[in-house]
Order: sequence, then C-alpha cells, then structure tokens
Amino acid sequence: MTEGQWGWFGVDPWWIVIVKVLGIFVLLVLLTLFTIWWERRVVSRMQHRIGPNRVGPFGLLQSLMDGVKLALKEEIVPKGVHLAVYWIAPIISATMAFTAFAVIPFGPLVNMFGVETPLQLTDFPVSVLYVLAIASIGIYGIVLAGWASGSIYPLLGGLRSSAQMISYEIAMGLSFVAVFLYAGSMSTSEIVSSQEPIWFAVILLPSFLIYVTAMVGETNRAPFDLPEAEGELVGGFHTEYSSMKFALFFLAEYINMVTVSALATTLFLGGWRAPWPISLWEASNTGYWPILWWLVKVQIFIFVFIWLRGTLPRLRYDQFMKFGWKVLIPVSIAWILIVATARVLRNDVTMSNTEILLIGGAIIVVLLIGSWLLQSRSDRKAAELEEAKAKAHARPFDAMAGGYPVPPMPGQQVTLPTRRATSSVTTQEAIDG
Amino acid sequence: MNSVNTGEAIVFWVCAVLAVLGAVGLITSRKAVHSALWMALTMISLAVLYIANNAPFLGMVQVIVYTGAVMMLFLFVLMVVGVDSSDSLIETIKGQRFLALLLGLLLIVILVWGLGSSLAGLPAVGLDGANRVDGGNVQSIAHLIFTDYLVVFEVTSALLITAAMGAMVLAHREHWQPKPTQAQLSVARFKGDEHPGNRPNPGIYARHNAVDTPALLPDGTPTDASIPGALRARGEVAPVDINDGRAIEEADSL
Repeated sequence: MTEGQWGWFGVDPWWIVIVKVLGIFVLLVLLTLFTIWWERRVVSRMQHRIGPNRVGPFGLLQSLMDGVKLALKEEIVPKGVHLAVYWIAPIISATMAFTAFAVIPFGPLVNMFGVETPLQLTDFPVSVLYVLAIASIGIYGIVLAGWASGSIYPLLGGLRSSAQMISYEIAMGLSFVAVFLYAGSMSTSEIVSSQEPIWFAVILLPSFLIYVTAMVGETNRAPFDLPEAEGELVGGFHTEYSSMKFALFFLAEYINMVTVSALATTLFLGGWRAPWPISLWEASNTGYWPILWWLVKVQIFIFVFIWLRGTLPRLRYDQFMKFGWKVLIPVSIAWILIVATARVLRNDVTMSNTEILLIGGAIIVVLLIGSWLLQSRSDRKAAELEEAKAKAHARPFDAMAGGYPVPPMPGQQVTLPTRRATSSVTTQEAIDG
Repeated sequence: MNSVNTGEAIVFWVCAVLAVLGAVGLITSRKAVHSALWMALTMISLAVLYIANNAPFLGMVQVIVYTGAVMMLFLFVLMVVGVDSSDSLIETIKGQRFLALLLGLLLIVILVWGLGSSLAGLPAVGLDGANRVDGGNVQSIAHLIFTDYLVVFEVTSALLITAAMGAMVLAHREHWQPKPTQAQLSVARFKGDEHPGNRPNPGIYARHNAVDTPALLPDGTPTDASIPGALRARGEVAPVDINDGRAIEEADSL
C-alpha cells in the first residue's frame, strides 16, 4: 500500500466487512484456545512435567473441552452482589477485548472473493490511540467486577487493577510517542509501512523495552498479576464469578494478551512484513503469506508472556508501583526528549546523523562522569555512616545469650574457646554450684 | 455538505439519547459508583459523536483521558472510601437545588449568548478547509495547540501540576524515623515477645469453631489468642463452659 492508502479503508462492501469481522472473531477464539494449551505445555516443560496430552493430538483439544465444561458448570451468584453491575462487568471485559482488534493489520492488499481489500478491518488516523482507549474501557470490567461482588478480596483486586492500569497506561502511552515521531502517523497501517527498511524495535530499543514491560503490567500477567494474586486475594476480582461469566473473564485475559502482542508486533517488529532472510523472497510480502509472519511474531511475544510466568515471582505491590512511577515513566520521558531533540536537529538544523551521534556521545560521557563523581561521594559518605553504626552496634559474641545456645549474629566474630578456658569455666561453675 | 445521511442520523439519535440518559442517571443515582458509571456512559457517547463528526483525535482523547483516567480515579477513590457508603441525602447547604438550577441556567445563557455573538460573524471554512491546512485532522490540531494556543496550553498544564502538587502536600506525612524494610520487620517479629507463628484457630479443642469461641489450651483453659482483637475489644467473646475441657480430659483418660 502506498500513496492514498486511506482510500482503501471504509469502502468495503458490507459482506466483506462481515467476512473480516467473522475472520477476526474466529481467529481470536482459536488463538485463545491455542494459547491456553501452549501456556500449560510450556510451563509444564519448565517445571519438568508433561502437561495436558490426553485430548486430541498432543492434547490440543484440552482447552476446548475445559471451555465446554466451564460453560456447563453451575452458575453461583452470591447474595450481596450489585446485580446489574455484576452482570455487565464480564460483558464489558470480553467485548472490549474483541473490539480492540479492529485496527490491527494482518497483511497488505489482497484479493478477497474478487474484491481488492486490505487485510485489516479498518484504520483511521488515530488507530493506535483507539487501541489504548478500548483497553482503558476494558479495565472497567475488572474494576466493576471487584466492586460489584460485594466482598473484600474482589474489591482489593479491583482497586489494585485500577491503580495498576492508570500507572502502566502512562508508561505505555509514552512508549508510543517515539514511534509516532518516527512514523509521522498514528495509524497502524502507516506505522507498518514506515518500518520497511528497519524495525522500530531496533532504532527505538528503549521504547520497545518499556512497551513490553508495560504490556505485561496492563494485561495483569505474572509477575505483575497483583489484581488476581491467588496467594493473597483468593482469585482477586473474579473470586465471586463462576461458570460462563468467569469464562468471559478468562477469554478476555487471553485475547488481551494477543492484542498487546499484536500491537507490539505492529509498532515495533514491522507488523506483517516478512523478517530479513524471508523478505529476500519476492512473494513474501504479497497475498495471504504475511498472516503467517504476523502469527509467528505474535506467538514470540506470547511465549515471552509464558516464559515470564514460568520463571519470575510476583512483585510486591509497593515495589511494582515504585517501578512504574519512578523507573518506567521518567526513563521514557527522558528517552522521548532525546528522540525529539535528535529529530529536530536532523530535520530543522539539518545535522547529519554522525554529528548528532558525536554530540550525543559527548553529552552522555559528561553525564556519566558527573554521575560517577556524585556516586563516589555519596558512597564514601554512606560507608562512613555504616562504619560509625557498626562501631556503635559491635558487641562481642556471647554463645549463651539469654540462657540458650545461639549462633553468631551477622557481623559478630566467633571465638572458639580453648580447652583450658572451657575447663576453667566448668570449674568456676562447679565452684559456684 | 449540509445534508445528514442515514448512518449519521442513526448514530446521532442513539448516542444523543444515551448521553442525556447518562446525565440524568448521574444526578438521580443514590450510589456514588452508579453515578460514576452513568457519567462514563455520557462521556463515551460524546466521544462517539465527536468521531462521527470527523474529529477522531478528540474522540479518542475523550475516552482515554476522561473515561480511562479521570473516571477510573473517581472509581478508585469511591472504592477506597467504602463499598456500600451511599451518600447521605441530607442537604447541608440551604437552597442548593435552587442555586444549582439558577447557575445552570446562567451557564447556558452565557454559553449560547457568548459563543453565539462571538461566532456569528465568522465565515465557515468547513471541515475540509480546516483539515487541508496541515494535511490532516491530527496535524491541524497539533498546529493550533503548539502555535496560537501555546500559552493557554502551557498555563493549563501548570494549573494541573499545581493542583497535583497541592494534593501531594496536603496528603504528605512526615516520617519521624526511616520506614522499616521487609528484612527489619521480619527480624523485629522474631525478636519480639509475641509468638512468631500462627495463632491458634478458633475451635481448637472447643465445642464450636465460630470466631468468637476461644480455643482451649491442652489443659482445658480458654485462650484469648484465637479471638480477633476487634471482638475482644467489643466484649463479644462467647462464654466458655469449663466442662468442655474436662470432657476432653475424660475422653483422654478412657
């Protein structure tokens, strides 16, 4: 797609729109079933287990069976719930999860039943913001589920979720800014086409890393799964949900994983475009092939999600908030400043890339030296303080402190008693006794 | 292009009705959370209307900022304040309904009269004309914000930052001593006089496992350790039949 590509969106005949919507729906449901199976298998492998392998080839139909079972289970509605909100919450969660996918590009212009049309439901000048907006409505489902359950653990889960969403959406939005600056657009199809020579993940690596961190926080996945921390909050926001309503939350969580992965692919990994060795093949970026490259890239992100869950422990809540506000947001603001300055220098002052790199390098060296000087000074002060503290707290090791045999405290020196000293003590005790 | 096509008319009538419904719901709901939800409905309907009027950026920002961030903060505060605390309906300010009505009417008059008189003589460029200047809706908005309206924009942000700083100063609590770390807390727990492990559950050796029934020690005497502090303070500890303990002793001796 080149110049005048806006002409391709919003002009499809009605039946093509229905075909695309159905295609996306089916793809998302299938991807959810597959991702659940894959997650269970990969986590099992990481824990030296085998995982589901009974239903269908390699156990592939396991999640389908589980889904059917879940839908047929008894629905339990607790007494104290706010009924209307309790009903709406899972519906908001699930519908918003599906809706966000409308602007994700799967491929170039193709011939669909004789009609020339892009492999993307729709696109408009602010479609990346659209995904953000839909995601922020989707969180309402979780927050309202926590509130409407009328019980304390879900409420805590909902509270955590709203705080988490506000904090991490800022970091997420900031990580988009550098991409917008480089692509010169906020539409997904234009961002994909502006990554033709090189992926934004390479030239905007800090943005990419911030986005990947924020997307794990935004989807409530381990190690940031505080809203449903099963060790602390039973099930978090979905504690009081059962049967189909719970299944909707489950579905929404996995679709959200796919959505943020697809967005990461679109913004940073060149979208549906074939990666380098494959792109040498002429036909790799035409027809329906790009769907395959897209799927592979999305699955890589999903694997990272699973990998994180299999390896990292959950963060403590205050550490999590500190990380979001004191690390991710300042780092992304600083990075945006750097990117914007570089863009202005190149576009308006017309500096060459080499000059920008040289000046940037000089500034970084000065900053590093400055921070090193500051650090060594504060280190020295801290060491002095530590020494003074240690002197004040140093007590000789007493093996029978408080009347019981005890091991040495950290920092205490163990002096092994000599035989004579031991015998003298016993004698002393004997005399006393 | 002054005509309205069918699709646009449908979108307008659906969203306008929903927006008004949300606004009415906002002021008639008894529960604060329900009011917040009605407000969210109004905001989303307005966003759809903006988008239908070819202002996609404004529509999206409306959803992200107002529905996503502001209303979410509102919900957060409401949920922290309490699950079921529906507001008291006793009005503390005398005649506030009348005043609200009066001020609302005044606002309508000012908006209609002020905007009407200031915009009456302006020639309409039309949507295409306004967007063509910088090559698109988003670019045109950016151009206006960062040139003609830069001062307003920056002053607004300064106002917001001042408000945030004020909230932080009001909510700030000075720490008299450094906050204990997790390691220090766990050390303190084991060094203290209290037993570091779990307290006995209610119902151990006792007739009931209700929370207000004290657990019995192995010698049959009740222990307060299994009773939550709140119940103890309210004096809601169930009386213990001393025979409970004896019965166990007898059973043991059989």
